[in-house]
Amino acid sequence: MSETAVSVILSKKKQFDREPDRRSADFHDKLFQLEAEGELVVQRISGDYVEVPTKYGIAKKIQKANLWHHKSCGQCGHIPGYSTSIFWIMRKLGYGYHDPEDQTSCTAWNYYASATSNQAAQAAVALRNFAAAYETGYFPLIHCGTSYGHYKEVRSELLHDGALREQVRKVLAKLGKEMVIPEEIVHYSEWLYAVREEIRSRMVYDFSNIAVTVHPACHYYKLVEGDAIFDPDVYHGQRTAAVSGLVQSMGADLRSYSTFFDCCGFGFRHILVQRDFTRSFSTLRKIEVMKAEADPDVVLTHDTGCVTALDKSQFAARAHERNVGIPVLSEAQFAALAMGAHPFKVCQLHWHSTNYRPLLEKMGIDWREAWKEFEVDAKRLERGEQEFLTWADVDA
Amino acid sequence: MPAATLDPYRKRDSVAGHGEFPLEVKQRLIGMVMEDPRFPEYLYGCYECGICVAACPSARFYDFSPRRIAQAASRRDVELMFQQMQEDIWECSQCFSCLRCPRGNNPGGIITVMREVAVKEGLHSAREALAGYSRIIYKIMSTGTQVSPDMLQPDAFPDWGPEVKDVSENLDLWRRMLPPETLHTTTTGWKVADRTLVELYVIWLETGALDMIAQVDRGIHMILEELMEERLEEEGIEV
Repeated sequence: MSETAVSVILSKKKQFDREPDRRSADFHDKLFQLEAEGELVVQRISGDYVEVPTKYGIAKKIQKANLWHHKSCGQCGHIPGYSTSIFWIMRKLGYGYHDPEDQTSCTAWNYYASATSNQAAQAAVALRNFAAAYETGYFPLIHCGTSYGHYKEVRSELLHDGALREQVRKVLAKLGKEMVIPEEIVHYSEWLYAVREEIRSRMVYDFSNIAVTVHPACHYYKLVEGDAIFDPDVYHGQRTAAVSGLVQSMGADLRSYSTFFDCCGFGFRHILVQRDFTRSFSTLRKIEVMKAEADPDVVLTHDTGCVTALDKSQFAARAHERNVGIPVLSEAQFAALAMGAHPFKVCQLHWHSTNYRPLLEKMGIDWREAWKEFEVDAKRLERGEQEFLTWADVDA
Repeated sequence: MPAATLDPYRKRDSVAGHGEFPLEVKQRLIGMVMEDPRFPEYLYGCYECGICVAACPSARFYDFSPRRIAQAASRRDVELMFQQMQEDIWECSQCFSCLRCPRGNNPGGIITVMREVAVKEGLHSAREALAGYSRIIYKIMSTGTQVSPDMLQPDAFPDWGPEVKDVSENLDLWRRMLPPETLHTTTTGWKVADRTLVELYVIWLETGALDMIAQVDRGIHMILEELMEERLEEEGIEV
């Protein structure tokens, strides 16, 4: 990590212990109690898993293989290279998975934007998805930070509210589904953290000269904070280690900045119908501060909304001659690039707005050649010789 | 007559611009907020330390304060809470940075509950805040995914740069070039199974979520209701 004012302050706090009265209770006690009483089914972690440290020291199990990909609306819809990179890394590391059609959105983006839903509906949507995963035998892996945060909220409400459980159970019965809650609610960035050494060992590029700032997603570590990964070896355990732990393991130049805790400005409703707020916050409180204090080559984050807000807000800010112009990727795309993924066929960088080409050049990736390869494939599809590109095509 | 009450943040109904409401109506609506089972978990009193305000993105760009939300709720100040329900709550980013509260308050959570009541009752603030948002409600409730690739249109997102136009012009081709089979879609984020959608419709109808939007957008409510009921009838499902 480069030395900045913030990193100097952090380094003075080598020993950091959280105040005991702020520790959240371990939800597993109540979860297993309700399971024992026959109230619900707990989908257990199975097979090979990694234990990772969380904020209050409770170990969290991350299942490595046979994962059910709970996809994200915003990622699949507008940043498809985000989802594709997660799948690609999993394939490269040799872990089986299931990409379901029997999955809906968590619908929480809409809920936090418009409140046109209610507690029971949100819980029923979550448990319908959990039951769908359980029926396949694969363990859910949540791609979106908001889905992850919202599902933890829903879990907490269900564990402590018998009337809500009863209401949701009736809805699930109508669908012919059991009430299932997984043993852990796992975000994909936690899986990447868990396999970070495997990723490091598969890197084909040296990223030690790539300066990185990380934006942690609010709904990852502020909503039901006890579940988020905090590692004593990353920021001395004072900030979440998701994303940053992976970057550190990959040997990239992880840099700090003073507004790390700030939101990205997404706002849920604002990004869709009041973007003047989103643009202002994203650029003035995040991008410009990162640029002034850390001058990164790339911003990495781990949520749909954060990539969208931080990336898309920079175009208009440039017109106002603001100090912006940092490409924004998910850490899944960053790790995939390091492992040799195609920047367009896999990472789909042409869906991003802020100029990423100087970053690719610094990484040693020839984006012109890569774009030519992408266009060759596009022509083949346009000529009707092939309807879709497949995994075999992108790995060729 | 003074323009405001003694409370510097509270305005008369006419000044606040939302018309006159009898006290009983305000009490009923704030009562709905306080009776929500989540409310006691979201409020433990307020030190007035301002940590939530320092962490809040909306407080930097709007006349908005999560501290005022927590304080009004702590005092059970019906008039002020009602005013907040008509104005402030839609400025919140719902990021939950305010959970940094040393008392364990959740002002963002209180706002979620207040928004639900505002929507259910069709308050002016909810209708105004959600103007232009109806297509999103339609998309999420009818297709099970919130945003779709075909929403990326240059006239809808002119501030996102020229890449939006590139995506829009090449949409079908570029979607077919995505290796995961579930992503070859343009009108939904991924391919959602038909049976899955039927199950989602049952959830919206059984939990009353669909009816919540009747007061904020009657047209969208009618379209969705017809779509869902017709689909469930085909499946022989009664709700």
